[in-house]
Formats: sequence, C-alpha cells, structure tokens
Amino acid sequence: MAKIIIIIVQLILFIVVSPVLSGLISRIKNNIRMRKGQGILQPYYNLAKLFSKGEVVPENSSWIFRAAPFVVLASMLVAAALIPVFISRSPVFQAGDFLALIFIFALGRFFLALSALDTGSSFGGMGASREMFISSLVEPAFCMVVFALSLQSGSTDISSFGSRHAISVSSITAALTLFLVAIAETSRIPVDNQETHLELTMVHEAMVLEYSGRSLALIEMAAYVKQMVLFFLIAQVVFPACLPVGIIIAAIAVALVEVSVAKMRLFRVADFLGLAFVLGVVASVCAILGV
Amino acid sequence: MLDFFPKQFFLFDPLSIFFLCVIFVVSFPSAVYSFGYLKGGYSPAKITLAWFLFFIFVLSMAFVVTVSNVLVFLVFWEIMSLVSYFLVVFDTGHEKSIQAGMIYIVMTHIGTAFLIAAFMMMYKFTNSFDFNVIKDACQTMPVQTRNIIFLLLLAGFGTKAGIVPLHIWLPYAHPQAPSHISSIMSGVMIKTAIYGLIRFVIFILGVQSSWWGILLLVLACITCLVGIIYALMVGDIKRLLAYSSVENVGIILLGIGLAMFFQSINMPYLAVFSMIAGLYHLINHAIFKGLLFLCAGSVYKATGTRDIEKLGGLIKKMPQTAVFFLIGAMGISALPPFNGFVSEWLTLQAFFLGALNIMGGARVFLVICAALLALTSGLAAACFVKAFGVTFLALPRSNYAKEAKEAPFSMKAGMLFLSILVILFGLAAVKIIRLLAIVASSATGFDISSMSFSLNNFILSPQAGKNVYLSVPLLAVGLIVLGGACFAVYKLFNKTKVRIYKTWDCGYYKLNSRNEYTATAFSKPFRIAFSFFLLPYRKTQKIRESFYHVKSFVYETHTTPVFKKYIYEPLLASVFKAAKSMRSIQLGSIHLYLSYIFVTLLLLIIFMR
Repeated sequence: MAKIIIIIVQLILFIVVSPVLSGLISRIKNNIRMRKGQGILQPYYNLAKLFSKGEVVPENSSWIFRAAPFVVLASMLVAAALIPVFISRSPVFQAGDFLALIFIFALGRFFLALSALDTGSSFGGMGASREMFISSLVEPAFCMVVFALSLQSGSTDISSFGSRHAISVSSITAALTLFLVAIAETSRIPVDNQETHLELTMVHEAMVLEYSGRSLALIEMAAYVKQMVLFFLIAQVVFPACLPVGIIIAAIAVALVEVSVAKMRLFRVADFLGLAFVLGVVASVCAILGV
Repeated sequence: MLDFFPKQFFLFDPLSIFFLCVIFVVSFPSAVYSFGYLKGGYSPAKITLAWFLFFIFVLSMAFVVTVSNVLVFLVFWEIMSLVSYFLVVFDTGHEKSIQAGMIYIVMTHIGTAFLIAAFMMMYKFTNSFDFNVIKDACQTMPVQTRNIIFLLLLAGFGTKAGIVPLHIWLPYAHPQAPSHISSIMSGVMIKTAIYGLIRFVIFILGVQSSWWGILLLVLACITCLVGIIYALMVGDIKRLLAYSSVENVGIILLGIGLAMFFQSINMPYLAVFSMIAGLYHLINHAIFKGLLFLCAGSVYKATGTRDIEKLGGLIKKMPQTAVFFLIGAMGISALPPFNGFVSEWLTLQAFFLGALNIMGGARVFLVICAALLALTSGLAAACFVKAFGVTFLALPRSNYAKEAKEAPFSMKAGMLFLSILVILFGLAAVKIIRLLAIVASSATGFDISSMSFSLNNFILSPQAGKNVYLSVPLLAVGLIVLGGACFAVYKLFNKTKVRIYKTWDCGYYKLNSRNEYTATAFSKPFRIAFSFFLLPYRKTQKIRESFYHVKSFVYETHTTPVFKKYIYEPLLASVFKAAKSMRSIQLGSIHLYLSYIFVTLLLLIIFMR
C-alpha cells in the first residue's frame, strides 16, 4: 500500500512540478535577451486555458488521433514512475530498467507520429517524418548513455548509478551525451524550436498542430514530464547529492544553449546527433577502461 | 561403407520441437486465412493446386527441422526450395513473378551448392551422414577443416536466411507469392536456415574459434541496417515487409552470433542467455511478420494494389485489419508491452552482460553492436510509422482505396489468432523464456539447472542478485491504468464542446488527398542522411507551355540498388563473358563432343583412382 502511495505522490509531483521547468527556461531566455517575457508560471496558465477551451477534431482523422494523447501521456508517466525519487529505488522498479526506458519513450513517439499522419495535413506528415528521423538517430546515443552508466554500476537498474559512484570521466561524458539527447528529445534549439510555427523548421509543433483544447493539454503535459525525466537523469549522474539543484542546473544549461546557438538545418541535426553518439561511445569506452 | 539407409530418420530434441512449433504457429492461421484469400481470386483448379503446394511446403519444412540424416535433410531442403519456387511464380499473370522466381531459384541453388560442399567435407571426415555420429566425429576435426566447413555453411544457410549481401532474392521472391505464402516464407522458411546454422554450426561442429561469432555479429549488424534502410525506401508494402525480414534476420543472428561467441570463450550462462534472446526474436518475428503479411494481403485483395502511395484512409474502410496491422507494427517496432520489445530488450541485455563480463577489446565491439541495434530499432519504428500511417490513416489517395471492403471472416480469424499471439508473447515472457532455456541448453549443450532467468511468474531477471528486472505485465498494467487516469481527467473537464471540423488548410482550398505527405516524402530525411549508401538520384523536368508558363513538372527519384549494381551485375556479366568464350569449343560436331567425353573419362580414371 505504501508503495502505491509513494508512486502516486511521485507521479503527482512530476505532473505538478514539470511545467515550471519550461517556465523557468523561457524566463531565463527572456532575461538574457533583455525581454520582459512571460512569468515563470505561464505553462500552468496555458494548461488551465487549454482545459477550459473547446476542442476541434479534424474530420479526416480516425480513433488514432483521439487515442494518441492518452497513450503519449501514459507512456511518459510510466517512464516517470520508473525512476527513483523519494526512496533510493522506485517502488515499481521491477517493471523495467534503464534499457526499457528507451522503448517506453519510443511508444509515446510512435503514437504521436501516427496521430500527426492521421490528420491528412502536410504539416503533420512533415513533423512525423522529421521526428522519426531525429529520434531514430537519438536512440543509439541514448543506448550508449545507458551502457556507459550501467557498465560502471554493473547493472542496468536505473537507481544503481548516481549516488553509488564517484564522478568519473565516463559519467561526465555520459551526462554530456544525455544532455545532447535531452535537447533533441525535448525539441530544443539547435535541433528543433518550440517557439516557432514556421513550416520550414518546426518538428514537434508540426506534429501537434491539429490538436487543441484538452487533448493538446495532455500532449503538452507529456512533453513537460518527458523533459523532467531527462533532466532528472542528468541530475542523478552529475549532482546526485541534491537532485532539485541538479535539475535546475540542467534547465539553466538548456536555456543557455538555446540563446547562444542558432537552429540547425534538419540535415545538420544528423551531425549533431552523430556527435552525441560518438560522445556516448567515448563514455562507454571510458567506462570499460574504468576511468 | 555408404550409410544410405540410416536406422534412425528423425530427431525430436527440444531444438527441433521448437522449430516445429514455429512452423505450425504460422502455418495454421495462414491456412485458415487462405480460405478467404484464395476465394474469388483464382480458378477452382488453381485453388486446389495452391492447397496441394501449401501442404507439401509446410510438410517439407517440418521434415527439414526434424530429420537426423544429412542426405535426407538435403532432400527435404530441396523439396522446400522447389515448392516455394512454384509458389513464388504462382501468380503467373504477373510478369514480375517469372523474374522473381528466376532470381530465387538461382540464388537458392547457389546456397544449396555451398551446403552440399560443406556436407561432403563433413562426410569425408566422418564417414557418416547421421547427425549424432558426425557430432561425435567432429570433436577431433582439425581447425582448418572446421573453419572451411563453417564458412561454407554460413554461405549456404546465409543465402536462405537473407544475410546481406546474399539477401538479393528475398525482396523479389517474398512479395510475389500469394500473401498467405509470403507470410510463411518470411515468417518460417527463412528460419529453417537459422535452424541449419544452429544445428550444424553450434550443435554439431561446436564453436571453438571466437572469430566465428564475431564474423556472424558483423554480418548481422550489416544485415540489420541494410535491411531496414531499404525497407524505409520502398513503397510496395510487401517488399517493405520483405526487407524488414532481412533486418529481423539480422537481429536474430545478433543473438545467435553472441551465443556462438560466448560458447567459444566458454561462458555458459551468457551463451544460453544470448541464444534465448535470438530464439525469442525468431519466434516473435515469425508471429508478427506472418501477421503483417496477412494484413498486407487483405489490403491487396481489397484494393488490388500494393503501392502504399495509392492507399490511405483504410482504417475507416477496414477497421479490423487496421487494428491487426497496428498490433503487428507495434510488435515489430519493439514497443512495450508487445513481444518484439521483450526480445530486443533481451538482445540488448545480452550485449550489456557481455560487455560487462568478458575481457579485452571485444567489449568495445559488443557495445558498438548494441548501439547499431538501437539505431536499427529506431529506424524500424520510423519504417512502420510510415507503413501504417500512409496505408491506413488520413484520406484515401485513389479510388481503389476509397472502395475497399473489410476482409471476410476466415481472413480476419487468421489475423486475429496471430494478433493475440503478439500480445501473449509479450505478457507471458517469463514462461516462454523458461521454455526457450531448455531449447538453448539442448542446442549449446550447456547445463541450465543452475541458471535462473526469472524472479517469479511475472518478473524477468537476467542478472541474479543485480536487481535488473523487466515485467511486461506490470508495464502493461501501468500503461492501462495511467492511460485510463488520463482519460478520466479528460472526461472530467467535458463541459467544453468537441467539434469535428476541417483540417487546417492555411485558409486556402479544401484539403484533399494530394496534400497528404507521401511515403516517398516521409522517407526523404533518411534518404538524404544515408545518401552515401543509397546513392539517390532524381530527375526533374519542366514541361513548358511557353517561356513564362510551366504547364507541369515531372519529378522522379530513385535510389541505386548498390548490391545489384556493384556486385551482382558485374558477376553476371563475367559469367556471360566466360560462357561466350567457352563457345569456341562448341562447334556442333557430335564426334568432337564424344571425344570430349572420352578425354574427360580418361582424365578421371587417371587422377581419381
């Protein structure tokens, strides 16, 4: 029973806290750009607004379009349930390990891409194609992160790395790789841009273009939760002593990257993720060498 | 003494029984499916012929995996190849069938030639055709002979399995057969080659050199990637599935190759574990590829086309087929909680455990292989988003697709059976792994009594004491409960209206199916990213009415078939050239020919005493 309460509290924490990270990132970006900008709590207002608004469903679409938001959010919440927050190990740690996390992310993405194709609009297809392209290149880099961290701790258990091991070359490189992976997975500059609706550049936004109202709120929520899960993992590697500080550091780093580089062309993204992959291999090799 | 009449014909060890299960698990629903599929499409005489060939095909495969004598094995292997050739050219109306059949029969016989050479060498050394006798005699075989036999077997079975670059026939032959046969060919027939590899290389020869496993792993990685990249490029749904079979054979061989590698460095636990991963993916692939081919067959029967660029919107016309295809696509994309997820997780875990436990530079190699497997799995997800999205979603792109009708009951029954298995093989992973452990131990010869792969009936645990677990039922429950919770929250706020309205068309015209993203467009980023291998080229042409007005625009894009162009065509050209130069001794005189025969005979008598 206690386990179920812990897991519910953990999920509620993720749902309640995760939007503030996006607010924080955009606050920092606006400060650096010397803009007044939106408040840190703006994502909450957005969600509240979306929940009270009506919804338009495209007439060309099928049940896939209606069902996708639930699958997407559920898979991100399962991912959130697997990582340890309050106690050294998630109460449902037996459900899956670090490797399973890769596939759980893939489940949400698969349905989001299908829902985008379901609308029959070119934007949706464009977004789905680009998202699947980027994510298929992210997967080997993510896999290398998992290997590097797990080789150090001797198992692919999510809770086994971080606190137990001292900071090493391998874990720093792995964290850096994970940071690049997080940039790509959370549609940040230079891979994607959350603030644009220009058809030439948008990826994630193109996929969710037809969503509105409550469905859009669920999808945004899923994106927030995913972002927090990734930041959480980064924090657990580099700053296991105090996770909230680590998460905020990750958010600040993302904001700094977003204001200091330009968005890449889609085909340059392959180079960017190639770099992430090579870093991941370096991290794994360092882990094998024991440094 | 020639041992032509063996005392014992059959061998029913766990390995053979496992492969029998694989054969019947796919053949049974395919048979049910073919009732509906053949009806209406063929004349009654042809339907009878189809059933006849179907039974011989299935029986020959069943014999291939159960006989215990090399000669009998070869006989059934040939029957299987020939009957499947007749099934490939079954739709004689298609011009492509003849060409596909030709490529198939040539390639398959080249494969068999390698096998015969390998078996001859084995016989020369052991003086027996019986599996068990050969197995005992092989223990004392010199390393050189073993290596040559291994390479011959790899080439022979590799041709049947579709290892790159010997895969060339597979994307021609598999799509051309009637769909229930395609599902057996892709789901089962190529697995008989994997059976051959396990039976002859691991079981009989025994792996002693570690380079065997490494060679197989390298080939498997190449096979995975090449298979899935080509699958992403093609627009013919059955060819896409055939290329994806190439990819999945690669994934299976990753497990088998790892098992060989671990066997050679004497790590029993890891060898058995990797073998389980490979066999698990093998039966999973049989199930979901069988299912996907059956679904593709329904689409083909309903619309008369296999080109997904002409399909679309079928989820509304064929709702059940769409669900079956979606389940198959999720299985093959390794999404939890379905079956492909478990086997790919096991394979990655096998790589991880290998990298953790062995010594030396091979660890880095295993890590890189795992990364390539992850890349393959990402590309496979993209490929099946394309396959499902373009075929079933949005608006129909042609009149064929507009007028499609749902498949009849018998076809749906076949697909339903396999769909249930896709889900069951995900949820019941622990039970299946326990059974596969027995098979793996019988194939590798390692004792499994001290190995434990699970915590209880629901939780998998490959590393005892290391807290690594996977519980597919728990994940499924989590997904359902949390999805339900999201739905409840969604319903809670239902004071607002849901309106069904046009897709956003930028305020321009009304959108139609020509505005949809096509499969070619979907795969464009991949085409460009992998252009170093695919060598795409395109042709654009403006058709002008006058200097100022372009009336229409012609756009063509192709990828270069690298293996065909740079390996097979030069090879074929040199064969023709050699044949041409041989023509100078063919003068048409019967006396000359008789003297050739006489000289040959003399030479044979002199040298082969």
